[in-house]
Amino acid sequence: MRKRALGAATLAILLAGQACAQDQSIIVQSTTSTANSGLYDYLLPIFQEKTGIEVNVVAVGTGQAIRNAENCDGDVLLVHAKPSEEKFVEAGYGTSRTDLMYNDFIIVGPEADPAGVGGSDDVQGALAKIAEQGALFASRGDDSGTHKKEMALWSDAGVDPTAASGDWYRETGSGMGATLNAAIGMGAYVMTDRATWISFGNKQDYQIAVQGDEDMFNQYGVIPVSPDHCPSVNTEAAQTFADWLVSAEGQTAIAGYTVADQQLFFPNAPSN
Amino acid sequence: MQSIGEAFGLALQLVASGDGDLLEIVLLSLRVSLTATAVACLIGLPIGALVAIGRFSGRGAVLIVMNALMGLPPVVVGLVVYLHLSRSGPLGFLGLLYTPTAMIIAQTILIAPIVAALSRQVLEDLHAEYAEQFRSLCLTRLQTVQALIWDARYSLLTVGLAGFGRAVAEVGAVIIVGGNIDHLTRVMTTAIALETSKGDLALALALGLILLVIALGVNAAVQSVRMTAARHAHV
Repeated sequence: MRKRALGAATLAILLAGQACAQDQSIIVQSTTSTANSGLYDYLLPIFQEKTGIEVNVVAVGTGQAIRNAENCDGDVLLVHAKPSEEKFVEAGYGTSRTDLMYNDFIIVGPEADPAGVGGSDDVQGALAKIAEQGALFASRGDDSGTHKKEMALWSDAGVDPTAASGDWYRETGSGMGATLNAAIGMGAYVMTDRATWISFGNKQDYQIAVQGDEDMFNQYGVIPVSPDHCPSVNTEAAQTFADWLVSAEGQTAIAGYTVADQQLFFPNAPSN
Repeated sequence: MQSIGEAFGLALQLVASGDGDLLEIVLLSLRVSLTATAVACLIGLPIGALVAIGRFSGRGAVLIVMNALMGLPPVVVGLVVYLHLSRSGPLGFLGLLYTPTAMIIAQTILIAPIVAALSRQVLEDLHAEYAEQFRSLCLTRLQTVQALIWDARYSLLTVGLAGFGRAVAEVGAVIIVGGNIDHLTRVMTTAIALETSKGDLALALALGLILLVIALGVNAAVQSVRMTAARHAHV
């Protein structure tokens, strides 16, 4: 009965010559940086205008977003932790992963620069120095994409910071914004993605200490959740959204988002 | 510290501008928390009343459990409700996750024990006063409960307000089961958490002030109902 009513409604809309399905909506399980930086507020109205698909964003850490998507509580996954994303697809939770865009990580610190790493573009050297000096460093400690990246960088630098957890290494176990607030509160260095930092409102005397190292590249990917694993997903709308993001139009829109005249995300989807 | 002064100005500005998004968030907060309070009263009051007048073995243990449940951590409630409502959970087929209904369910679970435990105390004290009178009138158990609830109605309003206060102020449960989705499940507390994580502390604080004023408004409304009713009762 409901199906027939929907069919009639679709027909009516088609006859009216509008490619607009009012009831279509999807849930995106997303990392926080894309939401906190305001990217979705800019992108989604453009997408909804074009397709009529309403996109609801649940912004949590990458780890939680992936788990939520594995529980079928989302239609699209948009995060930044490539190895975890590939595992997600391999395990059959997602249909396919596409590179979407990138920005980069930076390490910010207080003006006083207690570890003397200001102006560095060598992240390994800077982290080793921070560890050596025992300068305060705040970590997300929440299994998010940023946290995973940070752990990989420590490992490259040959330091196991968790041995000093609670001492100079402070794991907040919370989101990027909360961790930035905490780090600034205690005068600790902290690694953040550039987009969150540029749009962050509580910088106080904090400045970018380390930036520009190729190792701090931050790749975002988009994955529609697989209907084989989750029959409840809105496959068509999810695919439409993912396709639009990586299309020339979506990529141009991403590049067009700026805060304080700075471009926050750099589209790099493979052109097809 | 300048944030606090800034927040006051910002709060006034937000309210004065009649911001549509803010109104939407405020109304959803009220809808979710008031509904949760009403449902929690429907569940908690009868349980509180029955335990208040009942004499059964294991009553002491029930009291301890009821009182302990007042301290349910919102995050845990949120997590348990999430696991049930998740698509892969036992109630996933209902499709309730990330809806206001899910938020109402979580808040109801959070505050029903508060309503039950506090009303139990209120009604038990009252019952101790009237027990002999009730016995001499040969009231049935149901009549006793009715008489007690009616007589204690003003105190029970305060119990309801305590529940509402807890519901409208919590963030841990609703952010997990609601997802803080803009225009869908964003309420005052989750909006405050979001602005804090964006580092916009002044706006977060301004929203907090507005939430405080709303709680004040609800309490004032209940108080005025109570006073009007009391005045009529004495005429």
